[in-house]
Amino acid sequence: MNEMNEARKPPVATTGIIGWLRINLFFNWTNSLITLFVIYCLYQFIPWILDWTIFSADFKYNYLGEQITNQEMCSRNLDPENGGACWAVIYVRFYQFIYGFYPKVEVWRVNVAYVMLTLALLPLLYANLPYRKYFLYFTYIFPVIAYFLLNGGLGFTEVSTNKWGGLLVTLVLGCTGIALAFPIGIMLALGRRSKLPVISMMCTLFIEFIRGVPLITLLFFGMVMLPLFLPEGIDMDGLVRVLVAVTLFQSAYMAEVIRGGLQAIPPGQYEAAKSLGMSYWRMNLLIILPQAIRISIPPIVNTSIGLFKDTTLVIIVGILDLLGIGRGTLADTNWLGLSYEIYFFVSLVFFIFTFGMSRYSLYLEKKLKTGINMGAD
Amino acid sequence: MKKLLSIFAVVAFAFSAHAGTLDDVKNRGFLKCGVTTGLAGFAAPDDSGEWAGLDADMCRAVAVAVFGDRSKVEFITTTGKSRFPTLASGEVDMLARNTTWTISRDVNLGFEFVGVNFYDGQGFMVPSALGVSSATELDGATVCIQTGTTTELNLADFFRLNGISYEALPIETNDEGKENLFAGRCDVYTTDASGLSSTRAAAPNPNKWLVLPEIISKEPLGPLVRHGDHQWGDVVRWSLNAMIIAEELGVTSENVDAQKSSNVPEVLRLLGVEGNYGEMLELSNDWAYQIIKQIGNYSESYEANVGPDTPLEIARGLNALWTQGGILYAPPFR
Repeated sequence: MNEMNEARKPPVATTGIIGWLRINLFFNWTNSLITLFVIYCLYQFIPWILDWTIFSADFKYNYLGEQITNQEMCSRNLDPENGGACWAVIYVRFYQFIYGFYPKVEVWRVNVAYVMLTLALLPLLYANLPYRKYFLYFTYIFPVIAYFLLNGGLGFTEVSTNKWGGLLVTLVLGCTGIALAFPIGIMLALGRRSKLPVISMMCTLFIEFIRGVPLITLLFFGMVMLPLFLPEGIDMDGLVRVLVAVTLFQSAYMAEVIRGGLQAIPPGQYEAAKSLGMSYWRMNLLIILPQAIRISIPPIVNTSIGLFKDTTLVIIVGILDLLGIGRGTLADTNWLGLSYEIYFFVSLVFFIFTFGMSRYSLYLEKKLKTGINMGAD
Repeated sequence: MKKLLSIFAVVAFAFSAHAGTLDDVKNRGFLKCGVTTGLAGFAAPDDSGEWAGLDADMCRAVAVAVFGDRSKVEFITTTGKSRFPTLASGEVDMLARNTTWTISRDVNLGFEFVGVNFYDGQGFMVPSALGVSSATELDGATVCIQTGTTTELNLADFFRLNGISYEALPIETNDEGKENLFAGRCDVYTTDASGLSSTRAAAPNPNKWLVLPEIISKEPLGPLVRHGDHQWGDVVRWSLNAMIIAEELGVTSENVDAQKSSNVPEVLRLLGVEGNYGEMLELSNDWAYQIIKQIGNYSESYEANVGPDTPLEIARGLNALWTQGGILYAPPFR
């Protein structure tokens, strides 16, 4: 009698790996055909790319065991049948890719800045961080420290921004652009929705003008015209001028993203806040903005990723960012013709950063449950 | 856009026009020299981050003339679009950036080309397997050509003059031209000869490609400075000329010390043993000696950066001295 009470197992075909495969990959004929086709493509592609990037590749030595110092010594150039990627170019040029032309004796300052950047980002990224309050204080003063550390002053030797390059420039432009554009964008978004016509008109004009021109035009504006507006004798650093252009560009986009969030907030929220006697700023700071920004996370990250990649445009005005250093390397007669390796490396670095941003935004969305409808909340 | 940029350039110039670039450079303690963001053989960072190339040597020569120290120079990278505004606004003291000397740039943009450090011209590259030895045999060929450039117009002129036909395959960038030629989608690639050489050097098997002897356009590339500061223009001009004269006189970085006791009067004048030419330029009297000692003469710089022993393998051709079949010529040093 006991056997009768035992529950029967579900059919094999609906559980476990087989069940998952059936439901997701081989549900019907078309589904199965597409799956097989994709598997075939991966089968063709993955071994080849692994072989090229890892198994047959040169990292520091070629297949004869010599240390590679120029492109002629790469295995694939010694013997076209033998050898894949020649990563030695990245190995030899790694310093330039990460620091640009920063003097070697001072490079510890950049390293310290990189570590501090990580520490400064931690409390912003993880709300559960122990001693978060103290970390946050550090985050607020980090930009000042980083300025003196990288640029010089306060006892540090000055390193002109002309010597900066590679990942350093990419990160400085990306981080500063994103960090500054956020508060400016919020102000612009609030300004555009303001009931005071002067403020609303000025903000609208600014946003529409900046959004109406390509980033390259703004970069040229920063590079060529900005010095004309400054009193004579005041020299504005080239990188700062580019930063101004990048920040203006990004804040206009950020403003529109946040305005989108603001418009999704039901009028009831405003009315409720006002009926409690809250002032304009208290209402926005405590009630409206937290909700508006929460639902704007995906587009905010979207424009931030866009900006991070757009920073490569600074090559147009002659600043060598990560991609610029790659191109410069390709122009060295020692490394002519290694474009696959260099572009692969540069895209990998960009992918790591942008993918990181996108995964973090997913984590944040899940944590803040942004999917929930505000009105019914 | 071009017009707009030139207006910017003129406005920027009006704001920053002040005499005495040489004094500015001396007070600052280093030279600011505009170069490309990377062009094989002309200016590109080497593995240790030092700029190297024919144009980079030009910058260093001027730094040596002013300071006697080849390291007293800061390289500012400029692109084809940003180079003129950067020079006009005074952000760089000079450009040595593969810039073709044309009347409009010289006159309209308000710059002064002080000489030519490389005579370039449009050429053709074909696969050796095509079995062609002259561009006049290219009847009916498919030509990869960058659209919207002077090279496009030169090409049409050349083929019409020779009464032969071609089919154009329009491309946008040098890289695209390279890929198309290597993949066999066009029989011929045409651009500046120095560009062809670097394209050839980047090929998987350079010997399979041939640069044809015909050069169909004039592209004199040289350093330039702002209009209106002739003293500074002279310093840059004679830094270049000193290198060319040194080659003419057989003075090299190796024998320059021995040459100080030469019995050739022009050598003694060049090296500052006789005369006060340095003083005239407001430089030290051994400025040219230092250039030759620290950079070398024109031939040494050429051979090290673009010459036949480098991967670029550009023969001297037009860039040989006037006494050796080229057109490189410097006024006398007296």
